Amino acid sequence: METILKVDKLRVEYSSGEFQKTPKIALQGLNLEVRAGEVFGFLGPNGAGKTTTMNVLLGFIPPTSGSASLFGLDVRQPIARQRIGYLPELTYYYKFLTAEEILRFYAKIFGLTGNAADKRIEELIALVELGHAAKRPIKGYSKGMQQRVGLAQALINNPDLLILDEPTSGLDPLGRMKVREIIQRLKNEGKTVFFSSHEMGEVETVCDRVAIIYQGELKEEGRVSDLVAKHRATNLEQAFLTIIGYKSAVTP
Amino acid sequence: MNTVFAIAGVVIKELYRRKDFYVLFVLSALITIGAGSINFFKDLAMVRYVKDVCLLLIWLSTLAIAVMTTARQIPSEKENRTIFPLLAKPVSRVQFIVGKFLGCWLAVGLAVLVFYVFFIIVTAAKGGEFYFAAYAKTIVLHWLMLGIVIAMTLLGSVIFAAVSSNATICLVAILGILFVGEHLNKIAVRQPEPMKSITYTIYYMIPHLEMYDVRNLVVNNKQMPDLIACVKATLYAGAYMSLFLFSTWCVFRRQRLNA
Repeated sequence: METILKVDKLRVEYSSGEFQKTPKIALQGLNLEVRAGEVFGFLGPNGAGKTTTMNVLLGFIPPTSGSASLFGLDVRQPIARQRIGYLPELTYYYKFLTAEEILRFYAKIFGLTGNAADKRIEELIALVELGHAAKRPIKGYSKGMQQRVGLAQALINNPDLLILDEPTSGLDPLGRMKVREIIQRLKNEGKTVFFSSHEMGEVETVCDRVAIIYQGELKEEGRVSDLVAKHRATNLEQAFLTIIGYKSAVTP
Repeated sequence: MNTVFAIAGVVIKELYRRKDFYVLFVLSALITIGAGSINFFKDLAMVRYVKDVCLLLIWLSTLAIAVMTTARQIPSEKENRTIFPLLAKPVSRVQFIVGKFLGCWLAVGLAVLVFYVFFIIVTAAKGGEFYFAAYAKTIVLHWLMLGIVIAMTLLGSVIFAAVSSNATICLVAILGILFVGEHLNKIAVRQPEPMKSITYTIYYMIPHLEMYDVRNLVVNNKQMPDLIACVKATLYAGAYMSLFLFSTWCVFRRQRLNA
């Protein structure tokens, strides 16, 4: 199977401190490969380096060393992002625009105009069930509705790879279910999904493979069932806690 | 170019969906109408007086709109996190900067047009004559000057973190250039070294925005700059806009954006 996302010996350092700049290592020697058609879960506790990895993949920050590529193209080239869709953890869009206007704006960036754009926008608005509010400015939307606009904009170019940064964070159970259904649907269509999450149950349900990152380093990578079996755990959450070396302070 | 125009379109929509432009327009209109309705000592030069007040207000209002609109573009994209879904698309940072610049310049251009239409109406109501070529040159020169101001403010917006500090520094610099810029060479002559060289360097480096100020010629119905002078002014403005946009890109291209 074709590798569409590749991270090779990725290292990212941040400078901290106003005068005496001490480097803080966010990622060190990270290697990852995501193959076409799989749903890949990227797990780790807060501050592990998940968002930093995504920031590098999307060209927001340059790596200190190592490389990252999407569809064989260096992530620093904008063209590498032609076939991807991205949903950030916190979705904020131009509040003075309506959902329809926002989707039209992003469609134009992908060169989608006229009838083709109208058709795609209509499809996506129906998919995320925002038909009733599509012509209202986003400033009046609830968090769940904004997240659905986010999902629609991530799908505007019918991407081959979808990058989701904690897509269900802050959503109610219904919203979570909807996102899960969409991920499943994309998987059935042969799309690749790369997503980070804290929801182990969700990851267990939808992911083919997972990678667990801790303190900027890749700890384990493999199929969910293999990881659970390897660590003699009952579920992914237990395996995850074992992998990151968590020891409970409370004795049962 | 689709991407650049798409980004510019959002900037234009933003300006006309916010209240700033309307507030400044209504304020300028009220002050001009108020000033025009006072007939001091039955002064026959009333048209000149109204023109002067109205043009000054147009200059101040459009300058405020240009600086305030541009200064908040990139910082508010970062603060509201709207930059992340946008740059996650196949959008390069140069397209982002050019789109923002073009959007601000076109939006401010529309505001300039609206203000000048009002100016022409008020002048005509006071018995002034309408000179199409002269007014067209005035509008174009004013718009070019605002292009330099916008490019300069955009550069400030990637250097200074706060919108307010960028807007204040840019406004002070622009007003300084407008009032003192043309006199710097005369000041330099009287300075001892090294101040003389420093003042001369500043004189030759700053964009001479005062060249685009033809208010005095409009108010007194004097001969406007010829076409050659206007072409030279356009090239001069183009060079400064390119220089500021290139500098903006140099600063912004490697800037870390933490989602």
